Amino acid sequence: MLGKLTWQAIPFDQPIPLVAGSVVFLTVAAIVIWVVAKGHLPYLWREWLTSVDHKRIGVMYMLLALVMLLRGFIDALMMRSQQALAFNAPGYLPPEHYDQIFSAHGTIMIFFAAMPMMIGLMNFVVPLQLGVRDVAFPTLNSTSFWLTATGALLVNISLVVGEFARTGWLPYPPLAELKYTPGVGVDYYIWALQISGVGTLLTGVNFVTTILKIRAPGMSYMRMPVFCWTALAANLLIVAAFPVLTATLAMLALDRYLGFHFFSDTAGGNQMMFVNLIWAWGHPEVYILVLPAFGVFSEVIPTFSGKPIFGYRSMVAATLFICLVSFTVWLHHFFTMGAGGDVNAAFGIATSIIAVGTGVKIYNWMFTMYGGRIRYDTPMLWSVGFIVTFVIGGMTGVMLAVPPADFELHNSLFLVAHFHNVIIGGVLFGGFAGITYWFPKAFGFRLHEGWGKAAFWFNFVGFYATFMPLYVAGLLGMTRRLQSYDVASWHPWVLAAGAGVLILLVGGACQVIQIVVSILRRDELRDETGDPWDGRSLEWSTASPPPAFNYAVLPNVQGEEPYWEIKRRAIETQQLAAEPDYQPIEMPRNSPTGFITAFFATITGFALIWHIWWMVGLGIVAAYIVFVIFAWRDVEEYEIPAAEVAAIDRERRAARAQWLATHARVGEQV
Amino acid sequence: MSVSQALPGPHRREMDPYRIGHRHGGSGGGHGHPTGHGEGGPAPRNVVVAYGFWIFILSDIVMFSAFFAAHAVLQVATAGGPSATVLFDPSHVAWETACLLLSSFTCGLSAVATRVRSLLWTEVFLLITGLLGAAFLLLEAQEFASLVARGASPERSAFLSSFFAVVGCHGCHVTAGLLWLGTMMAQVYVKGFRPNVLRRLLCFNLFWHALDIIWVALFTIVYLVGLGR
Repeated sequence: MLGKLTWQAIPFDQPIPLVAGSVVFLTVAAIVIWVVAKGHLPYLWREWLTSVDHKRIGVMYMLLALVMLLRGFIDALMMRSQQALAFNAPGYLPPEHYDQIFSAHGTIMIFFAAMPMMIGLMNFVVPLQLGVRDVAFPTLNSTSFWLTATGALLVNISLVVGEFARTGWLPYPPLAELKYTPGVGVDYYIWALQISGVGTLLTGVNFVTTILKIRAPGMSYMRMPVFCWTALAANLLIVAAFPVLTATLAMLALDRYLGFHFFSDTAGGNQMMFVNLIWAWGHPEVYILVLPAFGVFSEVIPTFSGKPIFGYRSMVAATLFICLVSFTVWLHHFFTMGAGGDVNAAFGIATSIIAVGTGVKIYNWMFTMYGGRIRYDTPMLWSVGFIVTFVIGGMTGVMLAVPPADFELHNSLFLVAHFHNVIIGGVLFGGFAGITYWFPKAFGFRLHEGWGKAAFWFNFVGFYATFMPLYVAGLLGMTRRLQSYDVASWHPWVLAAGAGVLILLVGGACQVIQIVVSILRRDELRDETGDPWDGRSLEWSTASPPPAFNYAVLPNVQGEEPYWEIKRRAIETQQLAAEPDYQPIEMPRNSPTGFITAFFATITGFALIWHIWWMVGLGIVAAYIVFVIFAWRDVEEYEIPAAEVAAIDRERRAARAQWLATHARVGEQV
Repeated sequence: MSVSQALPGPHRREMDPYRIGHRHGGSGGGHGHPTGHGEGGPAPRNVVVAYGFWIFILSDIVMFSAFFAAHAVLQVATAGGPSATVLFDPSHVAWETACLLLSSFTCGLSAVATRVRSLLWTEVFLLITGLLGAAFLLLEAQEFASLVARGASPERSAFLSSFFAVVGCHGCHVTAGLLWLGTMMAQVYVKGFRPNVLRRLLCFNLFWHALDIIWVALFTIVYLVGLGR
């Protein structure tokens, strides 16, 4: 009846996951009870859970990312403390538990923290920057989000029901085959990623279409903000790379469920084919993560330097160069496979060359700052911190790109330090820069500067304190994923990294406090103008938070920095542009399709993991019924009357007029 | 940081006097000819939907390419078991191909009928498309069953694993296509040719033809290359 699922699946004998799971469960239950008791449920359902508004979906992505970031960070704390204690000792985590933790840490951080963070930023920002009202397929967008949430949910269910994979964040066969890993851990991994992967793929389809087909009048390709370019490149990579992940995991699933021999060590299976296929997705994946972050810096640095971006066209070219070349370097993840000198040399050279694209960007950012009037607000601090940190990470990456060096450093902590260097220094710093930069746009008030700066400095210092020692430990020969060790020379460096992660913990606490303090003191942090940073691109021209329709009238774009031009003209002529002729606006209706689809996807995924076949059938049939019901609806849009549009926009114009008046007075003194 | 401290003004422009990388196309100030498309604002709905669906089909083709690659690697890995030359029956595969290609033709005819807004003929041709698709699936199931009966199941060797996976994946797509087709027939019947139904019919046509393209690749790479080995 319930397949492989029995009471044995609940780890009653292991206090750590049980307590952690109970705490999470009680917290979630408490929140749900509070929401229902306070009567917020109808509002939450109507305005958020079923929302197809790209801004709301973006915010929900960010929320998911931050919660999962916390979960992944707790895993990190456990790993660092285990290694700090496990010198000539067993430590407090048994190997089977430690292996699940490093697997879950990697999986969660990449798929459910970094990805939602970047996709959330793209969701919120891209349509605003393009000057349009929503993405190409709003309901599909909501479905994408909820499928991602399904994946996150399944991974977290594995904490208390069964186990998670012990195979690392990429389940290399033959270890991941049924013969060597008979438990459900790898199955949790497969189905969580398959379901969220479909969501990500649909996001890719949606955003490529949006950026290429839905832009404001006059927004030609060479007028798009750099963030939109990087979003386009990242989503092209999603469309081209994620299907490979789907196929690879499907093959692994066939091996495990039906006894196929794709990657088995018998009957002609080829394990290295898995490694090739997974990295054919995996290397583009790191650029899917980091390109949007590059886009964030390309918005933040010009704004806070008071200058247009330096070398716009070279920025676009470098982005597309990276997009293309990222598909030709995957083999550097396993130079030790033994493909031979020629193959390794080709991939080593390609890997070194891809750094050139990033180098172009680094110089462009520096030249943007050169001669500018730089303001070191929190987003700018993250950006400058990124430039410094990412250069170090990039250089160790070029070191690893040299095959003979890689043979020494392969799978050592040097590698671990390298990819944390680029992912924390690039993606996470970019995410935080983006959050502080666009938070006032999303909510109408800024995040607290003091706590933000504290968070930056603790995280910045904490990052170096944690990962520089790991570089050294790696050079001393310490391999990754060690549950315990007995080499005395590694011990001090592991302890140093353990101390560093505590600084990161303080940084994380500062960030949580920053959000809480900002919400409590939102009235004094309020931004009425919609343009708190003296921005340059279109999103700053609308109100904060933007109305559901973003723009009362689609802007007519006439340059690379359309809002800057509008602002300049307003200041020079001392008046706002003439009031437009307001028309009624058609907007897509909210729909529970995404939420319900994800609900059944969760059931299907869980049933597949535990071999509960009737439930699999039920989930698939139900998903089909939801699909038909969605296809059958007659009214897809609702109309916002012109009078309402006018009222909302006049409020914005009033705030602008007031801003212009103060602004002009100061302007006269310059 | 207050707005007043970060004052925009004419002097700002001089901070970047050479405007490197800004001179073509996008140059500001309302003058200059923009490069690329985008002058007219968002594209019409049917363009957006068809474009998005194309992108989806491309991603699907990428997924198939991974299965093709796997088959290319594993097609010699027979592990002492039967190989393609022993197993494949060219005439059977030819019948499958005929059914599928013919269904693509009738699918195209249904699109013609839709263009002239003929409900009856649209339904008739969609039905024929569906029946041909079902016949294809039946033939494929027959082929699979006979292979398994001869001991050539996917568990036998890596070659057979990849064969069943890549052909089966195409079969799953056809099955999903039939489900979609049935739903579309019902929807056309109930809702008539309203704009969103027309867009869906267009997408279905794209999907069905894409399955044909993939079958052509399958026929060549899996069957012909396999037999010629």
